[in-house]
Amino acid sequence: MRILIVGGGMGGTILGNNLARRLAGEMRGGKVKLTMLSASDKHMYQPGLLYLAVGRMTPDELYRDQASLLEPGIDFHVDPVETFELDKNQVKTKGGRTHAYDTLVIATGSRPMPQSIPGLAENAEMFYTEETALKMFKRLQSFEGGRVVVCVGVPHKCPMAPLEITFMLHDYFKDRGMRDKVQLHYTYPIGRTHSLENVAKWATPEFERLGITYETFFNMKEVDGQKKVLRSEEGNECKYDLLITIPSHKGMEVIEKNGLGQNGFIPTHRHRLNMEGRNNVFVLGDTTNLPISKAGSTAHFEAEALGENIAAMVKLGAPVRDYDGKVFCFIEAGKDRATYAMFDYQNPPDPKAPTRAVHWFKTAYNKLYWISARGLL
Amino acid sequence: MAQKHIVDARGSFCPGPLMELIAQLKSAAVGDEFEVLSTDKGSVNDIPEWVNKVGHAYVGTTEADGVWHVTIRKMK
Repeated sequence: MRILIVGGGMGGTILGNNLARRLAGEMRGGKVKLTMLSASDKHMYQPGLLYLAVGRMTPDELYRDQASLLEPGIDFHVDPVETFELDKNQVKTKGGRTHAYDTLVIATGSRPMPQSIPGLAENAEMFYTEETALKMFKRLQSFEGGRVVVCVGVPHKCPMAPLEITFMLHDYFKDRGMRDKVQLHYTYPIGRTHSLENVAKWATPEFERLGITYETFFNMKEVDGQKKVLRSEEGNECKYDLLITIPSHKGMEVIEKNGLGQNGFIPTHRHRLNMEGRNNVFVLGDTTNLPISKAGSTAHFEAEALGENIAAMVKLGAPVRDYDGKVFCFIEAGKDRATYAMFDYQNPPDPKAPTRAVHWFKTAYNKLYWISARGLL
Repeated sequence: MAQKHIVDARGSFCPGPLMELIAQLKSAAVGDEFEVLSTDKGSVNDIPEWVNKVGHAYVGTTEADGVWHVTIRKMK
């Protein structure tokens, strides 16, 4: 069986390593060939960008060589796919190669789209790439006070990011001895401070305790950089001196160009993770259109379920388990306290009060991630 | 010609049915209808509330087997 993984992010990497271990014998015996195609020879720990923006991590801590994370036996190429020919069970790459497959996994991820709101990219800071996180860090360092507004697009990667950056900004300005010179204002697209009701129940009184003002039902419409005003679809205006955005996201352009899914998100079966209408094409992580968090942990848990199923299809001829919608998200509540939310399709989360212990564990996980990507944690 | 879209947000705690709807509305045409499938009873109130604030049209809600079907129309 020829298994082809397109994408070397968290989902693709964990799946590749998972399959390489489960199918080691079959790979040695030539029954299974496992190939991975990626756009980069580097693997980024994307959650680290949040810390980079406030000076708590440095760029070199975010990267490893992708090849160093992969189990021996995975045939890895830095050669992104340009054309998916699903009816022929093959893909064509930028480098001009054709890869045929029996089973295809698409895990190409998502990309920030600040340009989808007029004026946003030019006037707001964000932390979804190394370049923009560094720019935000420098802007924060030179900021001397005023009204800081956090604005949120939909859909966005990492549902906890809006809260986390707000709490971290509070501590950042406090540490600089200038919290009293900063009015911190949080906006959110729906009628409470977070999509998860229990998280909102915790976050709202935290905002009030810390003097963070907030405004709900606020969906960005446009930014007027001259007047320093953010306008919403709901008809409200919000003045700012420093605008921080969690921008809306799309799936990758190659998915849209190949007509695999609207906005780059592929219609995916919520339990089996196969592309709708295709039994030998599977989708992982941000690339799915599933109504769950676009987050590394989602990709991680999906990859474990899919790894078990693909291995079972090789060994038993049938999949053996469903993905249950499991997601686990840390929530940084500032520079030294954190909590977490764990949920699935059936069970909502019940986050506890933030503690230093959970923050320390999250700090440890920032290093342990590299073990997680290898599929060992 | 206006299309009808299904937003299957059953079991979605995060981002949740309303955020799923907001995300999908962006790329639709004026006049298109959206039927949101939600297992969260809160959708019965929060989707119409947001739709009215923004200026879209709330069409109606039905319930079957614990799933709420909230239908709206994109107006601008």
